[in-house]
Amino acid sequence: MGFSAADWAAISLSLQLAAVTTLILLMLGTPLAWWLARTRSRLKGPVAAIVALPLVLPPTVLGFYLLVAMGPNGPIGGLTQSLGLGSLPFTFWGLVVGSVCYSMPFVVQPLQNSFASIGERPLEMAATLRAGPWDRFLHVVLPLARPGFLSASVLGFAHTLGEFGVVLMIGGNIPGQTRVLSVQIYDHVEALDYGQAHWLAGAMVLFSFLVLLFLYSIPARRGDAGLRFSA
Amino acid sequence: MTAAATLNSAIIADFSVRLPGSKHEAGSFDLRVDERLPGAGVTVVFGASGCGKTTLLRALAGLQPIESGYLRVKGETWHDEKESLPAHRRPVGYVFQEASLFEHLTAAGNLEFARKRAAATVNAQEVQDVIALLGLGELLQQRPQQLSGGERQRLSIARSLLIKPELLLMDEPLAALDQTRKQEILPYLDRIRAELKIPMIYVTHALDEVTRLADHLMILSQGRVRACGPIREVLARIDVPGILGEEAGAIVEGRVTERDSEWHLIRVDFEGGQLWLRDSGEAMGQQLRVRTLARDISLSLEADQASSILNRLPAEVAAIAEDADPAMALVQLVVGAPGETRLVARISRRSVAQLALSPGKPVWAQIKSVAVLY
Repeated sequence: MGFSAADWAAISLSLQLAAVTTLILLMLGTPLAWWLARTRSRLKGPVAAIVALPLVLPPTVLGFYLLVAMGPNGPIGGLTQSLGLGSLPFTFWGLVVGSVCYSMPFVVQPLQNSFASIGERPLEMAATLRAGPWDRFLHVVLPLARPGFLSASVLGFAHTLGEFGVVLMIGGNIPGQTRVLSVQIYDHVEALDYGQAHWLAGAMVLFSFLVLLFLYSIPARRGDAGLRFSA
Repeated sequence: MTAAATLNSAIIADFSVRLPGSKHEAGSFDLRVDERLPGAGVTVVFGASGCGKTTLLRALAGLQPIESGYLRVKGETWHDEKESLPAHRRPVGYVFQEASLFEHLTAAGNLEFARKRAAATVNAQEVQDVIALLGLGELLQQRPQQLSGGERQRLSIARSLLIKPELLLMDEPLAALDQTRKQEILPYLDRIRAELKIPMIYVTHALDEVTRLADHLMILSQGRVRACGPIREVLARIDVPGILGEEAGAIVEGRVTERDSEWHLIRVDFEGGQLWLRDSGEAMGQQLRVRTLARDISLSLEADQASSILNRLPAEVAAIAEDADPAMALVQLVVGAPGETRLVARISRRSVAQLALSPGKPVWAQIKSVAVLY
């Protein structure tokens, strides 16, 4: 046996979705995590709580609200339609929006921990060595936060790969467009095709295990706080 | 040098800094400075912990916002009402108490970080000179984690020199080191002072550590400047009681003029008198700076020949002041006439009364020990 053509399509779609989502999350998550790690604003608590919401909410709740928001009468839907982008639900980009929300804490929290653990001193030191704000961020913060970026990317990618509830709510089950791995497994099981389901499910277990094994094997270094929140 | 040139080479600091009080402390801390520091040599800022000396340094570096006032360094305005130069535009080398190296770079990488961002081009020879000056040749490929505390601090000092600073700020660079490591670093500081013409502001709570380096001394207490001036003048003052405490004591500068090989002593002549010191191999004619702690000087009305004290100097009482300790008094003495050399003795108030000491009274200063600074 092995993977069918439909299985391969689902795997490829899942990988694309995870890659695009991780990239977007790193771009959005880095400034957000930087702000959360350093601000003394009263907004810090509420913002951190919102970012962490997907950790505790059932994916169906998140998916439901996203579906409503992206619908023709929702704020996101209204925006995409007025921009001529059409409607997001049941499209690949709709899944991207959903995944970004869903995997946000898995990227922001490792980054935030890693930024916080750098502390003020290396930045002050760099400032007295004539490094400006961008210079400091690029040449001091980024290298020191490398373990954090690694954890954030791997966790964000793996978590998006395993997403199911949000996808089903806002993406449905369109082959090649929104039928990702987890949905494909669900379909196999519905059809009582346990053999095919085993292949995909087994591959997911193996992949997830290897990812976590990799993360936990990174030598513990000062400043590496990547897995603090989930460990 | 003309008056204008002096002004342009000085560090003119007239500002205040306010630190918000933490949740646990009532009120806030404020620092107020209005001083002109020389744009050459070593200025030591001395004070107990919490007196504001680190805050002063951070304000000079631009790491701590100045609340009001201005700061001009060698004719350049670094801060006034209109604008404030951010830290990364100020040509200052800053050495923190902990070496604060970039752990993601090698020793060479740390130096390179500074060289690339220097205020002026630093050529390969200059880099080699700094590496040699701080004895880092063997360590360049090491990671900061592999270096000892003393090596880390030397690397940190070298790194601060490579930005070609116009002002070197040192925040207790020896405080985190044990005694052996301190002795390891001090010669390097001597060399920086002797070989580079960069003014240095050196903050410490251990005065004896750096009296040999200092040209200028500022005493800070509770955010206020209690005394500021050439170190000999400040240490000869008695109107800042208590702040120096056990460390009170004047500095005498002189020249080696005689060697007594039988008793292993040397004679140092200074303006107004002479001192006999233990011979540690100093060269004839060598300039020496020695320190006489106030607690090691006793006074007597007669030259007591039947005493083991080696150094007895005829002196005149210049002034008497109360010490922070109610049992003690500080007596300022002028040695020799007209005598530019001043000593300070710390004796009990009862002795002051018994000897009926008052300004103008001739006494003999018996100096129990003398520390050679250099």
